[in-house]
Amino acid sequence: MNQKFNIRNWALCLVLSLGLLSCSKKEEQAPGFAENNLAPLAIEFDNIVADRTFSVNNPIYTNAAGEKFSISMLQYFISNIKVSTADGKTYTVKQDSSYFLINGTDRSTRFAKVRVPEADYTKLTFTLGVDSLRSTMPIDQRKGVLDPAAGGSHEAGGMYWGWNAGYIFFKFEGNSAVISDDVNGDPTGKKQFKYHIGGFGGYSAPTINNLKTITIDLHTAGIAKVRKERFSNIHLFVDIMKVFNGKNSFSIATHPNVMFSEYSVGIATNLTEMFRHDHTEN
Amino acid sequence: MVMGLLGLFILACKKDKPLPEQIITFLGFVKPVNFPDPVYNFANNKPTKAGVELGRALFYEPRLSRNNTISCGSCHIQSSAFTQHGHDVSHGIDDRLGTRNSPPIMNLAWNKAFMWGGGVYDLDLQPIVPITTHEEMDEKLDNVMNKLKQLPKYTSMFKAAFGSEEINTSRFMKALSQFMLLCISSNSKYDKVMRKEGGQTFSPAEQEGYVLFKNKCASCHSEPLFTDGSFRNNGLAPSAINDLGLYTATLQETDRYKFKVPSLRNLQYTAPYMHDGRFLSLSGVLDHYRSEVQATANLDPLLQKESRRGLALSEDEKTKLLAFLSTLNDEEFIKNPLLAEQ
Repeated sequence: MNQKFNIRNWALCLVLSLGLLSCSKKEEQAPGFAENNLAPLAIEFDNIVADRTFSVNNPIYTNAAGEKFSISMLQYFISNIKVSTADGKTYTVKQDSSYFLINGTDRSTRFAKVRVPEADYTKLTFTLGVDSLRSTMPIDQRKGVLDPAAGGSHEAGGMYWGWNAGYIFFKFEGNSAVISDDVNGDPTGKKQFKYHIGGFGGYSAPTINNLKTITIDLHTAGIAKVRKERFSNIHLFVDIMKVFNGKNSFSIATHPNVMFSEYSVGIATNLTEMFRHDHTEN
Repeated sequence: MVMGLLGLFILACKKDKPLPEQIITFLGFVKPVNFPDPVYNFANNKPTKAGVELGRALFYEPRLSRNNTISCGSCHIQSSAFTQHGHDVSHGIDDRLGTRNSPPIMNLAWNKAFMWGGGVYDLDLQPIVPITTHEEMDEKLDNVMNKLKQLPKYTSMFKAAFGSEEINTSRFMKALSQFMLLCISSNSKYDKVMRKEGGQTFSPAEQEGYVLFKNKCASCHSEPLFTDGSFRNNGLAPSAINDLGLYTATLQETDRYKFKVPSLRNLQYTAPYMHDGRFLSLSGVLDHYRSEVQATANLDPLLQKESRRGLALSEDEKTKLLAFLSTLNDEEFIKNPLLAEQ
């Protein structure tokens, strides 16, 4: 009984002293890395298509397979944003403020705006998709872009997968004349392709996991100098052409519809190639 | 402690007074004494009188469908133990047909997974599926809530249930769950025999059927819920649409042709049977297990013992088994006025 009590006391002392230690360390570096000294940081997801700007319906793009296509919808989730300094300090944005739905047709959604401690950041990390923890949370914690009612139906842009509870991480639709009018293509004759990539690993039974962690080194194109009086913006180009032309390149005619299937795993890998740091505005 | 939360609607009827003066005491969710602890997280959504009443109104609300024609109660009819009796597959909006048999809204507090083929593991997320499915209600959640917001009835009911008039996804789903959680079937003859209520006993045929049940059926249809909640391939020949069951949600080869083990409660009211309603009678179901089990991928090992496929069952045993199964019918459940459309 006594011994137990002593161990507990020791543990308490240890925790307390660790807390003091880390507190004093933070103060030493003031006004640097302190979690109570937050400043704005934006990450801009600027969609492009290879060498051309992103636009819906109108322009015709051509993929590596030589297929011409247009884009009607592009939406994807960015979450769990993390930034690191050159000396290895890392700050993870609070969970409740770390889910963003980027919508290609709504330019106002291209910024993921977060608050991080004042510091110079050399590395950015984020998740493409909605992590498994959030994907299995109770209904009352699914707010904003994670609300299953958000965006309406799948046709309208909803990202919630009801039948296989979870979220579509990356939704990309458009048209291409190469798509057949039969069941292997688009039987409605609209020549539509649909890529709905999701799968967080499964609730209780394991299944495909298409969550991707993207890490970007900011050294080359410009570190983010986050200060209260400034507005630092990490400007990323997101090259949608990589969906088709990435490592697991494929043809629209062969795979015009990919949703929850094994084939989606290869496409999800391509998605990691989309993100390129162009510059940082400080 | 958990048991302390328990309670159901208690209907105290004073015999000398007319029906409208019934005294109804709401006790919340009451775990039947012969049932295990529920798996639903009641800490996050405790049924209240106002919440259950709202959930019931929503359950019978046709505005949940695109053209306001189909409610949850359309395919989950109380007199059919909350199934769509007589329909092999669900019959939804614009006379569209689904691909699976409408399952019962019954004892869901003990369910770990929903739908015949899995994919949904939280009751609070389940209603999204029928509401948005093309063949069922074909509606959008935000549209449903916009329609409800137009009706003073709902703004006041949401206020009573959740403290303010706000209608949002979380409140909408939680209210539906509160009602469905109280759809408890636990007053069949079997339950009364088990609880030794009113000196109820099995007849000799029922008792012999019970022994047969324990030997041949109980490993999957375990008491007292009469399902172990698992997904299994019971050897049905693949349907015309080749429904792969659980595989569709997990993409695991070992899940091909596995479907959720259904409860055996209330079978008298819930024909036809199986995930696609292919058997019109229980006799047909038992004949399947006797002589029609197919050796498809992932056939449950319990149906493939030694060289025999299926279950050995004589005609006499079949009769006795059917006698036992009839003790699982719960008339109080299908007639409970508090679960009915008001």
